[in-house]
Amino acid sequence: MVTLTLEDVRAAVAAVLDPELPLVTIDELGILRDVSLVDGHAVVTITPTYSGCPAMEAIADDVRAALASVDAEGEVRTALAPAWTTDWISPSGRVKLAEAGIAPPGPAGSSGTVMLDLAVRCPRCGSTATRVVSRFGSTACKALRVCSDCAEPFDEFKPL
Amino acid sequence: MIPLATYALRLGDDALVLTQRLSEWSSRAPELEEDVALTNIGLDLLGQARVLLSYAGELEGEGRTEDDLAYLRDEREFTNVQLVEQPNGDFGVTIARQLLFSVYQLLVYGDLRASSDPTLAAVAGKAVKEVAYHVDHAEQWTRRLGDGTEESHDRMQAGIDAMWPFVAELFESDDLVAELAAAGVAVDPASVQAEWDRRVDAVLADATLTRPTPTWRARGGRSGVHSEHMGFLLAEMQHLHRSHPGATW
Repeated sequence: MVTLTLEDVRAAVAAVLDPELPLVTIDELGILRDVSLVDGHAVVTITPTYSGCPAMEAIADDVRAALASVDAEGEVRTALAPAWTTDWISPSGRVKLAEAGIAPPGPAGSSGTVMLDLAVRCPRCGSTATRVVSRFGSTACKALRVCSDCAEPFDEFKPL
Repeated sequence: MIPLATYALRLGDDALVLTQRLSEWSSRAPELEEDVALTNIGLDLLGQARVLLSYAGELEGEGRTEDDLAYLRDEREFTNVQLVEQPNGDFGVTIARQLLFSVYQLLVYGDLRASSDPTLAAVAGKAVKEVAYHVDHAEQWTRRLGDGTEESHDRMQAGIDAMWPFVAELFESDDLVAELAAAGVAVDPASVQAEWDRRVDAVLADATLTRPTPTWRARGGRSGVHSEHMGFLLAEMQHLHRSHPGATW
C-alpha cells in the first residue's frame, strides 16, 4: 500500500483543465486556491472567476474525478473571498492564452472598480493598435477586441 | 425571517428580477455584441442572486433553497425595488434602467465590502468588480445615444424620463436596514444618494440629457408592493418550475 501524499493530490488536482478554456489548468487560472490533506481526507478549495460563472459545477466534478484518479477521498469547497482577480493568472497561463489567440489580461488595479484601458497587444500580429468592440465577450471573463493594423478580431481576457 | 435574511433577500431579489428582464434581450438585442453584453450582465447578476438567496434561506433555517425562494414565492413576497421589474421597452429604456440601477448597485456593494458579515462582504467584494463593467457599459451607451442623433437623443431622454419615477425608491431606508447599518452589517441606501446624484448627473450632462423632475414616485417594492408588470414577469420566470415541481437540471 502506497501512502498518498499531499504532493500527489495537489499534482492531480492542479492538472484539471478549465472547461471553457481547456488550454489552461485551474491552477494556472488561479481558480484553485488551496489543497489540504488531513488523515487521508483531501479538501480542495476553488473560487469562481465571476459570481455567475457557469463552469463552477463542471470544475468541481472534474476535481472530484481527479481525486478519484489518485484514489484520494475528499471534498470540494467553494470560497468567494478573497475575490478572484486576473492578477492570479500565472505566467505560464498567460503564455498559453496568448498562443491560443486570447490576449492575456493587463493589471487589474488595486480598487477593482476603476476602468483602465491599457494597450492590449493583438495576438496575431503583435500590434498594440487595438480597440474594444465590446466589454462583454463569448464568456463572462472575456471582452471582444479588434486589431486596427491586421483587422483580426480577438478575445481579450479582461482585467478583473 | 430574521432581519439579516430579509436584507440578503432584498439584495438578491433586485439582482434576480433584473436578470430575468435582461435575459429577455437574448436573441433580440439591436446587435450581436449587445445580445452578448446584456445577457452576460444578467449572468453576473444571477450569480450574485444565487449566493444571496441561498444565504437568506440558510439564515431563515427552514430548509428553503435558492430555487424555493426564486420559484415558489408569490408576488407580494418579492422584495425588489420596482425599477428592476420595469419592462425593457426599447434599447433606450433598457440602458436608462441599467444606468440608474448599476450606479446604485456599485455604490451599495462598494460600501458593503466593509460589512461585518463575512458572507455579505464576500459577495460584495466579487460583485463590485463585475458591476463596474455594467456601469461602464451603461455610461458609454448613455453618452453615445444621448449625444448622438436627434432620434437617439430623444429616445434616450424618453428612457430616462420613464425610469426616473422609480429612482426615489432606491434610496428609501426603513427600521430594518437602519438597524443593520448601525450595526455595521448593511449599507443604508440613503447614504449613497449624494454620490449617485453626482455620478449620474455627470453622465447625463455629458450625454446632453436633462435630469427629469417627475410628478410621481414609486414606492413599496421592499414590502412586496409591485407594479402591474411583476406578475407577468414571475409567471414567465416560475411557470416551468411550478409545472414540474422538484425538477432539476
